Amino acid sequence: MKNGLRAFSLAARPARPVVVPPGDPRDRGGPAQPLLLVESLRKYFPVSGGVFNRRIGDVKAVDGISFAVFKGETLGVVGESGCGKSTLARLVVGLIPSNSGSVVFDGDPVGGSNGLTLRELRRNLQIVFQDSDASLNPRLPVEESIAYGPRVHGVTRAAAKQTAHDLLRRVGLRPDLFASRYPHELSGGQKQRVNIARALALSPRMLILDEAVSALDKSIEAQVLNLLRYLKSHFNLTYIFISHDLNVVHYIADRVMVMYLGQVVEIGPADAIYSEPKHPYTRALLDSRLAVDPIDRIEAAPLTGDPPNPITPPSGCRFRTRCAFAEDVCTAKAPALGGWRDPAAHLAACHMADRQSGHSRAGQTLPATERPLVSIEARLA
Amino acid sequence: MSGATARPLVEVRNLTVKFAGRDETVCAVNGVSFTLMAGEVLCVIGESGSGKSVTMRALMGLLPKRRAIVEGDIRVAEHDIQALDEPRLAQLRGSLMAMIFQEPMTALDPVYTIGAQIAEAVRRHAHASRQAAMARALELLQLVKVPSPERRLKAYPHELSGGMRQRAMIAIALACQPALLLADEPTTALDATVQVQVLILLRKLQKEFGMGLIFVTHDLGVAAQIADRVAVMYAGRIVEEGSARDVLMNPRHPYTIGMLASTLHGRVRGRDIEAIPGSPPDMRALPRGCSFAPRCRFAAAACLETEPRLSQAFPSHSVACSRVGELSTPAALAVS
Repeated sequence: MKNGLRAFSLAARPARPVVVPPGDPRDRGGPAQPLLLVESLRKYFPVSGGVFNRRIGDVKAVDGISFAVFKGETLGVVGESGCGKSTLARLVVGLIPSNSGSVVFDGDPVGGSNGLTLRELRRNLQIVFQDSDASLNPRLPVEESIAYGPRVHGVTRAAAKQTAHDLLRRVGLRPDLFASRYPHELSGGQKQRVNIARALALSPRMLILDEAVSALDKSIEAQVLNLLRYLKSHFNLTYIFISHDLNVVHYIADRVMVMYLGQVVEIGPADAIYSEPKHPYTRALLDSRLAVDPIDRIEAAPLTGDPPNPITPPSGCRFRTRCAFAEDVCTAKAPALGGWRDPAAHLAACHMADRQSGHSRAGQTLPATERPLVSIEARLA
Repeated sequence: MSGATARPLVEVRNLTVKFAGRDETVCAVNGVSFTLMAGEVLCVIGESGSGKSVTMRALMGLLPKRRAIVEGDIRVAEHDIQALDEPRLAQLRGSLMAMIFQEPMTALDPVYTIGAQIAEAVRRHAHASRQAAMARALELLQLVKVPSPERRLKAYPHELSGGMRQRAMIAIALACQPALLLADEPTTALDATVQVQVLILLRKLQKEFGMGLIFVTHDLGVAAQIADRVAVMYAGRIVEEGSARDVLMNPRHPYTIGMLASTLHGRVRGRDIEAIPGSPPDMRALPRGCSFAPRCRFAAAACLETEPRLSQAFPSHSVACSRVGELSTPAALAVS
């Protein structure tokens, strides 16, 4: 972009009024201000084809998503593959440019002439990916991978190395054994611990975990989830936890956002969503969880078919083609989510959740089909 | 098909598989024995590297002859898999036994239509005409509940969704009504709502055809959904085996107990999960004694010395743990 202009505006910017609340010296807006505010974010990937390889459509990967992440919370993002969860993560960190919409980090807009630069944003916001192997440089010992970020941000070599060793200890890897190893000398779980350590190297305030535990074996997954919980309280972090595994999200998230075909269909406190989902898609997702007891087998699938093509999504409500309650109003009009800035609100983008929508079930709660999920301890007792 | 006899459809005894490299030998499977009756569903549960997929490949005779050292007896129906030569094996694959894999996109050929690939499987074994094979392919697509099957017959793999591709894979596997179906994590790559559909379909087809099904998974929920019996593998050995409900609801091996304790079904937030510490052993240098002992909170000195054998500790429930007698009361588990 206009680099000269940006440099100028950076230099000319007046010093920010820094509000230091008790606790975190990096906090600026106080606890009521969301740490991350995403508004009307949109990302279309062009699809070309035909004889002249012209643009014939767009994959509407993220289509008008707004949400807030509040300080100190864990926001779980769930949805099936292709619903735009990972695109959303990449947009928020600025790895890919968005078509429209805004990202605001603790009051500061990202990008633009006087907003945060990506460099400033990434000091505060880091991401951990699913593929622990592909995200580490195979030619660097892990301590150098971890120290890379601080070095780029002007920390001396010795100090960066010291940080790397401290972080390795924090994530449960003994620096004397692991610091000089290369990624191929580590197991999947160890590599993911290194990735987490590296994400923490710039002491960010927020971590986006994009399916960060999905590739791990169950026993290792449990270890890493415990680690994430410990790190969160120790480093005063805020998480966006993206996963397709509803059980993991229920365990770790305070609030949950459910996505379908590039849009948010439901958002709210985790317990409210898991005990009383308002959107039929959320209900179907929850009903698709498999119980550990063979007696509780699912005999009929809660949903039929696959999600529709995101290039030509259905008109009106995007879920209507698979929804058991779809009516004419669902084809005609897209349901709105409503007041997403409220941290306690439980919202669903469904005509049934809106009394004025004209849907015959408007205002009614979804019929319950919840199967009892008894914990293992209770069963062993 | 075959007459109803008490003889199991599959018998595997003392199977060991080693991959010999230049510098080191990986012991992938270390003495696995199990049987499968016709029409039964056995779920093999294990984490990555536990040897479950290698066991399946050994059953199909798919392991590379030059690099894999396979020992032990494998019998499927009346065939000794180890003694068969490649042409004979190729004949059995598809007709007697078939396999579906985790990633349908790599298992399907991208340059042929779905119809052509199903028809190929039909023609390979049934020697049908081209038209008859295509007609059968259409039937099979209807059987696996692919919507608008006439159109999908002419579709290429990339034109189908993940769930539909896996259904097409199942159609190919079922083309010649095999007596034994091996499924290697066939639903792992699918979304939750699609996974349930495929599991219900597989279970229904297995019942209809009376097939024996060996289903490999790492997901306890998937096992509960589909299995009659469950075998838990760890470091190339079966550590616990029994009816699905016994193993999943009343696990006896410390590894299975730990796995179940670390599942997150209905778990309270804000408390640590009881994770199994450490990581699985290096398959190049397995520890002496019980492979799980280094991670086991019940391990005694004896566990590090001798390798426990899988023995029938309870009716229809076998456990490979030398302390299973002492640990069999819930009180003992709680105290330790």
